[in-house]
Amino acid sequence: MRLATTANEAYTASLAVSELLGCKQCGGGRGQDEELGIRIPRPLGHGPSRFIPEKEILQVGSEDAQMHTLFADSFAALGRLDNITLVMVFHPQYLESFLKTQHYLLQMDGPLPLHYRHYIGIMAAARHQCSYLVNLHVNDFLHVGGDPKWLNGLENAPQKLQNLGELNKVLAHRPWLITKEHIEGLLKAEEHSWSLAELVHAVVLLTHYHSLASFTFGCGISPEIHCDGGHTFRPPSVSNYCICDITNGNHSVDEMQVNSAGNVSVSDSFFEVEALMEKMRQLQECRDEEEASQEEMASRFEIEKRESMFVFSSDDEEVTPARDVSRHFEDTSYGYKDFSRHGMHVPTFRVQDYCWEDHGYSLVNRLYPDVGQLIDEKFHIAYNLTYNTMAMHKDVDTSMLRRAIWNYIHCMFGIRYDDYDYGEINQLLDRSFKVYIKTVVCTPEKVTKRMYDSFWRQFKHSEKVHVNLLLIEARMQAELLYALRAITRYMT
Amino acid sequence: MEKMSRVTTALGGSALTGRTMHCHLDAPANAISVCRDAAQVVVAGRSIFKIYAIEDEQFVEKLNLRVGRKPSLNLSCADVVWHQMDENLLATAATNGVVVTWNLGRPSRNKQDQLFTEHKRTVNKVCFHPTEAHVLLSGSQDGFMKCFDLRRKDSVSTFSGQSESVRDVQFSIRDYFTFASTFENGNVQLWDIRRPDRCERMFTAHNGPVFCCDWHPEDRGWLATGGRDKMVKVWDMTTHRAKEVHCVQTIASVARVKWRPECRHHLATCSMMVDHNIYVWDVRRPFVPAAMFEEHRDVTTGIAWRHPHDPSFLLSGSKDSTLCQHLFRDASQPVERANPEGLCYGLFGDLAFAAKESLVSAESGRKPCAGDRRHPIFFKRKLDPAEPFVGLASSALSVFEMEPGSGSMSWFVDTAERYALAGRPLAELCDHNAKVARELGRNQVAQTWTMLRIIYSSPGLASAASLNHSVGKGSSCGLPLMNSFNLKDMAPGLGSETRLDRSKGDTRSDTVLLDSSTTLITNEDNEETEGSDVPADYLLGDVEGEEDELYLLDPEHAHPEEPEYVLPQEAFPLRHEIVDTPPGPEHLQDKADSPHVSGSEADAASLAPVDSSFSLISVSHALYDTRLPPDFFSALVCDMLRFYAEQGDVQMAVSVLIVLGERVRKDIDEQTQEHWYTSYIDLLQRFCLWNVSNQVVKLSTSRAISCLNQASTTLHVNCSHCKRPMSSRGWAVARARGAGGPDGGAELRGGTSGRPQLLRIRAALRLLQTRHPAGPHRQLEVPGSVLPRKAPGLIWGQHGSPEHCQYLLLPESGPALPGVCGSPAASPGPYLPGQRHPVFLWG
Repeated sequence: MRLATTANEAYTASLAVSELLGCKQCGGGRGQDEELGIRIPRPLGHGPSRFIPEKEILQVGSEDAQMHTLFADSFAALGRLDNITLVMVFHPQYLESFLKTQHYLLQMDGPLPLHYRHYIGIMAAARHQCSYLVNLHVNDFLHVGGDPKWLNGLENAPQKLQNLGELNKVLAHRPWLITKEHIEGLLKAEEHSWSLAELVHAVVLLTHYHSLASFTFGCGISPEIHCDGGHTFRPPSVSNYCICDITNGNHSVDEMQVNSAGNVSVSDSFFEVEALMEKMRQLQECRDEEEASQEEMASRFEIEKRESMFVFSSDDEEVTPARDVSRHFEDTSYGYKDFSRHGMHVPTFRVQDYCWEDHGYSLVNRLYPDVGQLIDEKFHIAYNLTYNTMAMHKDVDTSMLRRAIWNYIHCMFGIRYDDYDYGEINQLLDRSFKVYIKTVVCTPEKVTKRMYDSFWRQFKHSEKVHVNLLLIEARMQAELLYALRAITRYMT
Repeated sequence: MEKMSRVTTALGGSALTGRTMHCHLDAPANAISVCRDAAQVVVAGRSIFKIYAIEDEQFVEKLNLRVGRKPSLNLSCADVVWHQMDENLLATAATNGVVVTWNLGRPSRNKQDQLFTEHKRTVNKVCFHPTEAHVLLSGSQDGFMKCFDLRRKDSVSTFSGQSESVRDVQFSIRDYFTFASTFENGNVQLWDIRRPDRCERMFTAHNGPVFCCDWHPEDRGWLATGGRDKMVKVWDMTTHRAKEVHCVQTIASVARVKWRPECRHHLATCSMMVDHNIYVWDVRRPFVPAAMFEEHRDVTTGIAWRHPHDPSFLLSGSKDSTLCQHLFRDASQPVERANPEGLCYGLFGDLAFAAKESLVSAESGRKPCAGDRRHPIFFKRKLDPAEPFVGLASSALSVFEMEPGSGSMSWFVDTAERYALAGRPLAELCDHNAKVARELGRNQVAQTWTMLRIIYSSPGLASAASLNHSVGKGSSCGLPLMNSFNLKDMAPGLGSETRLDRSKGDTRSDTVLLDSSTTLITNEDNEETEGSDVPADYLLGDVEGEEDELYLLDPEHAHPEEPEYVLPQEAFPLRHEIVDTPPGPEHLQDKADSPHVSGSEADAASLAPVDSSFSLISVSHALYDTRLPPDFFSALVCDMLRFYAEQGDVQMAVSVLIVLGERVRKDIDEQTQEHWYTSYIDLLQRFCLWNVSNQVVKLSTSRAISCLNQASTTLHVNCSHCKRPMSSRGWAVARARGAGGPDGGAELRGGTSGRPQLLRIRAALRLLQTRHPAGPHRQLEVPGSVLPRKAPGLIWGQHGSPEHCQYLLLPESGPALPGVCGSPAASPGPYLPGQRHPVFLWG
């Protein structure tokens, strides 16, 4: 019961929930029940994230008034303080916007009934076999009165939701394939048809949960104590790591190794940071002097786009999905595929012709009022968030690096910025970082702790979480752009 | 011809001619610009850059400026501008950040002149100085504006927008040194071209990006801006602080705005998304566009007036790859389609009625309805002959105020607050509610409650109401209670003698009635001899009433015997109306305990109480003991509920529904119930009876209703001192709807820092209510989609004083048209971020 003994103010709220739930399962006083032969669930002590040491996440009493308020709000809205919140609180400014948006999407006025919303969340998270989110939303789904039968698989849900399955698949793995025919199919299905407002709500939910699944895997979020995999019935002395960690290669021995490896190569990674800063400086200076030709610029984008599909982690471990519910929704035959791997030619998406700020926002806000504003705010915060630090350096202008990450993700989705020199990406993002980005964004279920540890070794955990925020927001925007463009085309 | 001659003078002899026409481009256009000779137009886009000559009948391609086979991003134009001094000079802004100038006078095929690669991001806008031949200004996504002298290779000066993206830059037409720039964060800045270090002035114009701006061609102080927040605003810049003088709310984000030449108050707009039309607005009449061009099939990306002194020719380019010339006389005028008629009740029962002026004046001789006080028409504007709307859609608005007190709904409020709906046995609930109703002088309702009590809770009292039932059938109008008890309620209307007569007769019959074997016949005799004012049906087919049949009645066969039941029931209340002895509880007790009393006793007992129902019990109890199950009456009760609902007393219907619960629910279809519930809840909320409405929601069994409690239960709480929303602590009182103070939830105690603080939330609640008057799950879908009401309508915004009351006209077709009644100067206030604006009933 490490969690309980190290209880501090920051954890009181979360403990209140987890203990409540724990107690519900064990049914009362702990000491007596053991004698009665009732199995008591114990948390698997990893803290909120398997990748980030628990002590790094929130120091005792270190939460300030703002974080405290956020916790309070989050607890009031969700009735729990989940691990995602505890990890995101590294960046309270973003977290606030995130929670506000999520709360609006799930609980406030909207075209879709509450149980539909959670069900769509389950559908989306299950695309990435994200049992963490699936578990959370299965509970919520039942809580708002959803029909448990639906959880046996999409074919048990109403036809209307089944129709959404195709869009979910395409959106999660190959959003560039979405056409106005997909939209038309959903809107004109007679009694099972979606209204435009409902569809926009659904699309926002799908993209939100696809990218949240990326975050969950990207930061190695631990299962909640009341969910499968979040607790064990074994006495703590026997095992203190999670079964699924072994399959992931994340067990504690591994952690030790990585740590020691990190110590050995401190000087290496120190140079890594120095080198990165040096490159940024060079790019800043030489930018105005030497101008690449038009063809050069165009080919740089194509090269980056093409290369991005070969960037893949060498270790192809298969992760077995943990939860039954999740399995019902999978269609593993359909996964992320790169553009031209099968000779498919996908025209480049020009952001200057359809961008979030001008077009996407207007469409969303028109069909699902206020949400455009909330998402817009979230994008802005994620994109502009900076503390002007890089690892141990202060007062660094990181805008170039952030833009490179953002545009790299969009580049993977075929979205091109006319005014960006894609050569910068190669200068700023090294291979291990690209592997991580690519995996988190496209196949988050394959992220391992090794990947997390091997990029930007000298950087702080909070900075890695920051990277994750950029990844998920860029991914969400990319998916939204494709979906909304298809809707716009349908409407015109 | 009159128009033509005017144009001619304006143009100094060279009249523009042409017609509405369009031509197909090879690719979507991003921007257009007109040559100063008004005979050529340049179209630029991602993959098009051409000059067209505007001829009388058609556009003729004159020059393709995209030369060379290699596609270059330098040619991917976000904007294009033609110099207004020099016919050979053009400038384009490229999406990759390059500013290019073009000299048509160059002899080679490639007309590209100069290339400025100073911007790091997309250049959104370029602008030539109106009088200076060599000065070019650009605004870019990278947050900088640069001023170029075309005689030099580099920019002359750079203006920093503090890392906010620049969306538009425009030189002032009158002030030589001034230019305006608009930003993605909603700001507008004014710069002096000589002072690049800081801007002269800055203000927030819109919520969200300001996409465009345009200086008024004549009025030096006026700047029009358009933003993503769907507003066009006109600012007066001559004053110390920029003052908003006009505001036009459109239905989509505003991409371009251009003042119309020679028409001081007109401007043209087109939108960025969804809406493909071009509108010309009269800024003084901001709710209905003066003209509308509907030619394009995709969003319009560029608009330009063909000649700076000709108001009738408008050119436009669009994403649908067409270039159009619109003639003003061919424009469609939405005002013709507006249906300026509507009717709506205000919050306090006032009635607003708008109609075509001609109709109103025709009826002006009509005598106003009694009780209505015709409010002075405050809506009529002084007509300005220059306006385009004259005679088209002028309407007059009349407001009929409720006379103070006449429309009082205090009974409703009292009833709602005092009714008991649950938590006690049925009999007690009914009694309590009957008492409440009686105290409020609503005798019919009181009677109904009493009847219900008799039907459903007294042991074996079925027959008392079965009488009632038969009355209902007999009168065959489905309004049984109305008929039977209204007689009593309407007593003052009846001649007193008649009543006395009747009561005498009834008394007699009552006495006889106790002897069950002879009752009916005697009664009938009575009725017939008296010739009462009861409808004749009651007396039909009566005589063959046989006792056996009566007693063995089962529900299916109830109908033929109806008349027999009528009579005794009819008798009692009438009699007791006369008898004015105060009720004695012990008497009631007696009756209940010993129903089988002797004739004289019974007579005395039933004479004593005023409450007729109890006397009924005493009698009927003796007569028909537990013959009919309460089920028998459910059809009747349902009829009664429908009757109340139709009469507008949905309160009664819902209250009874809740109190009776399972007993009747299954007999009324779910949809009707839902409808009653929503109406009642709506009413309760109008009267700020949050507690009651919450209770009703809670007690309802309809799923659609009870989920009202599950969603949108958040209260937006404003601090009672600073009036600002208490968002950070708002959750403390979230879900508190219904947990109000003594005045119906107007005040709540919320807490910050442990010190209880009074929070005034009534205003917040009102706003909350006006957000979705049609219920939570409805939204505007597409402009021009079918509106919720087929018939034209007028909906009030519950906002502001009568002088500023906003309304929404719902025409039979086409988009809804919002408006404000009141002084012409009245315009919606400036948009404040975070402030909730009234949202009207969108379908």
